[in-house]
Amino acid sequence: MSWEIVMGLEVHLQLATQSKIFSGSSTQFGASPNVQADAVDLGMPGMLPVLNEEAVRHAVTFGLGIGARIGQRSVFDRKNYFYPDLPKGYQVSQFFAPIVCEGIFEVPLENGSLYPIRITRAHLEEDAGKSVHDEFAHETGIDLNRAGTPLLEIVTEPDFRSAEQAVAYLKALHSLVTYLGISDGNMAEGSMRCDINISLRKQGSDELGTRTEIKNVNSFRFVERAIHSEYERQAEILERGGAITQETRLYDADQDTTRSMRSKEVANDYRYFPEPDLLPILIDEAYIDAVRQSLPELPTAKRERFLAEYGVSEYDASLLVPNHDMADYFESVARASGAAKLAANWILGDLSAALNRHELSITESPISAERLSGLVSRVEDGTLSSKLAKQVFDALWQGEGDADQIIAARGLKQVSDSSALEAMVTEVIANNPDQVAQYIAADEAKRKKLSGFFVGQIMKASQGQANPQMINQLLLEKLESQS
Amino acid sequence: MAENALLTAPVSKLKQLLGDGTVSSEELTKAYLAQIAAENASLNAVVTVCAEEALASAREADAQIARGTTRSLTGIPLLHKDIFCTEGVRTTCGSRMLESFVPAYDATVVTKMKAEGAVMLGKCNMDEFAMGSSNETSFFGPVKNPWNLSCVPGGSSGGSAAALASGMAPLVTGTDTGGSIRQPASLCGVTGLKPTYGRVSRLGIIAFASSLDQAGPMARTAEDCALALTAMSGIDPGDSTSADISVPDFHSALSTDVNGLRIGLPREYFNDDLDSRVRENVMAALAELERAGAILHDIDLPHSHYAIATYYVIAPAEASANLARYDGVRFGYRCDAPADLEDLYQRSRSEGFGEEVQRRILVGTYALSAGFYDAYFNKAQQVRRVITEDFQRAFEHVDVIAGPAAPGVAFPFGSKQQDPIAMYMEDIYTLAVNLAGLPGLSTPAGLIDGMPVGLQLIGKPFDEQTILNAAFRLQNDTDWHLACPDLASLSS
Amino acid sequence: MSVTPQDVEKVALLARLAISESDLPEVTERFSRVLNLVDELNTIDTESVTPMSNPHDMEQRLRPDIVTRDDNRKALMASAPAQEQGYFLVPKVID
Repeated sequence: MSWEIVMGLEVHLQLATQSKIFSGSSTQFGASPNVQADAVDLGMPGMLPVLNEEAVRHAVTFGLGIGARIGQRSVFDRKNYFYPDLPKGYQVSQFFAPIVCEGIFEVPLENGSLYPIRITRAHLEEDAGKSVHDEFAHETGIDLNRAGTPLLEIVTEPDFRSAEQAVAYLKALHSLVTYLGISDGNMAEGSMRCDINISLRKQGSDELGTRTEIKNVNSFRFVERAIHSEYERQAEILERGGAITQETRLYDADQDTTRSMRSKEVANDYRYFPEPDLLPILIDEAYIDAVRQSLPELPTAKRERFLAEYGVSEYDASLLVPNHDMADYFESVARASGAAKLAANWILGDLSAALNRHELSITESPISAERLSGLVSRVEDGTLSSKLAKQVFDALWQGEGDADQIIAARGLKQVSDSSALEAMVTEVIANNPDQVAQYIAADEAKRKKLSGFFVGQIMKASQGQANPQMINQLLLEKLESQS
Repeated sequence: MAENALLTAPVSKLKQLLGDGTVSSEELTKAYLAQIAAENASLNAVVTVCAEEALASAREADAQIARGTTRSLTGIPLLHKDIFCTEGVRTTCGSRMLESFVPAYDATVVTKMKAEGAVMLGKCNMDEFAMGSSNETSFFGPVKNPWNLSCVPGGSSGGSAAALASGMAPLVTGTDTGGSIRQPASLCGVTGLKPTYGRVSRLGIIAFASSLDQAGPMARTAEDCALALTAMSGIDPGDSTSADISVPDFHSALSTDVNGLRIGLPREYFNDDLDSRVRENVMAALAELERAGAILHDIDLPHSHYAIATYYVIAPAEASANLARYDGVRFGYRCDAPADLEDLYQRSRSEGFGEEVQRRILVGTYALSAGFYDAYFNKAQQVRRVITEDFQRAFEHVDVIAGPAAPGVAFPFGSKQQDPIAMYMEDIYTLAVNLAGLPGLSTPAGLIDGMPVGLQLIGKPFDEQTILNAAFRLQNDTDWHLACPDLASLSS
Repeated sequence: MSVTPQDVEKVALLARLAISESDLPEVTERFSRVLNLVDELNTIDTESVTPMSNPHDMEQRLRPDIVTRDDNRKALMASAPAQEQGYFLVPKVID
């Protein structure tokens, strides 16, 4: 039997703020346990929350970024449950009236088309702390540094029918929120965590099956694998006539399986009610307009523009655009060098390879956009052959100055002077009479192959500086005249 | 001045004595500390005494007086209800749960009183987590009423009221979620003011029901309450619900002029259920105000009846969440040798909380749980608006609403403890004021069989001045507020 | 409305309160009395009344996004019942 998978996603996005959503503690990642948890974050007696304006602004920015309706009066609620990493015994969230209401997010697929996903809502809430299980033999350690970090929970309708769509959505979402500057998007540090609601149904059926929820998947690769593994599990149960239990599951990357979460066994009743320590957030049109004015160009628009303005390929655009910094870098190089296609090749080729090798992001590149554009310009104007350009690139990477300085210092200039080149060609022909004889005797196809030998000799003699196009031309003329 | 007279003098008088050098703050502080030492064993009104710190700040106050750099309460001794967090000083909230909890911060009220120069003597006993009307729910034992040691002082600020009435301090703080300042003030014969919700910051006050809690002063006179209210009030960036509204100098604006003041008497308060002797005393006090030029009107607060039901859904519901943080993990009581996490939670909480607190947590949890939210919590929030609108309509015609502060005088220990409902009825005249967020005060209105009874005056939102003025005039024309229990007979 | 001992046990679990077998009948009885008291709410029509969460019609104030707190772990953890290496400790939790 064939099963259709139906999924909705809930993404917990850490918003990029200096301080926490309800306290003045730092949100910086990686501090010693509990040094970034003040009395509010620890839920100490008598402590009260005060809302961070930047968190509100980020939420509204997101809402406008996907064209969603903004809740003009949104309210915080308490979600009540006990867990050691939840200091107050409730999480302050938005249940009844979220700050971002329904919207549509257009996800670019690999084939270039857009796949619309319905966003149900996005609401502000505080993050919980962390439980550390492996530090102590018989106890669990609680670190509340993360408690109170502002989150935006983005909830979709059950609009996904494949793991690929889900991953495409998450990648596009990641791209959008980093463009908007509302999150650092650092998945390794948990800035974007995904809950996946999965159910299966018979192909062609309209009814939804019983769903499970896979919690806290924090990489694109794991999302894909978790979905596949959960699909297999549910399909196997359904195939033998079994029933799916509605439950929360955890993806175990080591085993590549999902398993039921024991800690969630006690049925939860979250008892949401309006948080009396906070008042309604009122957002007026003027505020919304001001945020709208400050919206940057978004990925979809940038992609269109790159195609039209720079003539890059769809494929190159799909690699350049998602990372905002990469797109900016490209645009700087393309503008300064006036050679967009070449700029894209260098960035997506040698530069990306080198960055990957050294595990650096584009913003950490030792070669600035200005310096790369210097290199691209010298390739474009014929000063550098591609072979020489690679040498210059390596020197740029080592920080030996800008492209022109390196060319001058190493004497790497491509030799395009025809009399100098002619002398080289003549010399090589004179020094290799056997090969010349072979060439003359050979047919058209073989001649092409043999001419490579002469080019190689000349490049070697010129230490790679000879202009290869001109060498080819001259060599052909000389050899033809011999025959 | 005789020791005894110092102990019963109002703050306004003490300020004068400090100012003209008749007495030093150190002398005053020693006198009150001595009174606490002498009487607390029988009254149990104070749970923590800070003698050293108090004497140090008294000496600092004396230095300021000498330099002429005084503030509104410089050198005045003060006791805080043990619900206000005090940095470095144990804050118990009357609970085993916080028996050894030492906050790393001061409540805003504590900071403000300190900044005004007040000298903190210690912390007052109270009903556990402010849940109670008799001070019998405290983990540290019941507080006795100084007027009759076999009777309760009221609650939950019963320790504060008893300490004030017995001369342990001239000024005390309390909190009032459903009557916890006004009812004990009534039962102990002192003046107690619950300000408008939002007037005083809640930051650092251990929460009971966040949308109802409000801190206020208790003192011997309305004048002292005005002085203390000015010191305590004001917007606090750390409390989102504190009101961004200017704070008048309530003390300098005090006036005895009540000519033409319209006082509304709700028919629902003065009905056949009201104890006839309480009615007599309350009406006698109102007659005094009438003589001074006030006009009495009968008014209707038609939904008053629903206040108890509404309150006993909203307050426990909010409390059930506010008290979830007491889980034995980060601070407070933890049970011995927990077998696992669930055991840690359940035993820490059921051993750390007393019976009344647990009952309210259960009721509140129930009222919010799946299937009951609409019938209980949401419904109560709707009725809360209906009750509030009753007041709004009434205040279109009157300036002040008057009634009893409590249904009777102080009652004997144990007489209502077995029946939660009987105890809840103690606040029948005060709860609605919290639901509507209005200011209310209780001022002494004579004695019934030697026990005090209070007149409650309720004002419009942020109009504490008008009810303070009315009480000020009443205290100007009568001497009910000067009645004191016989301090000499207390320890015997 | 009256509740059964099972109702009370269910609510007690949600609230993480342990009620002993011997206390259960009395807790249930008193719980029911409180519920009977608040059941009076059912006698008033509140159709179309907006629920009231806060006494005043105020809106939330916003705080500038500035770090104002320094590390105060030592003082804040002074009252912790169990701690080690800067962590609060609880009995081993298995997810």
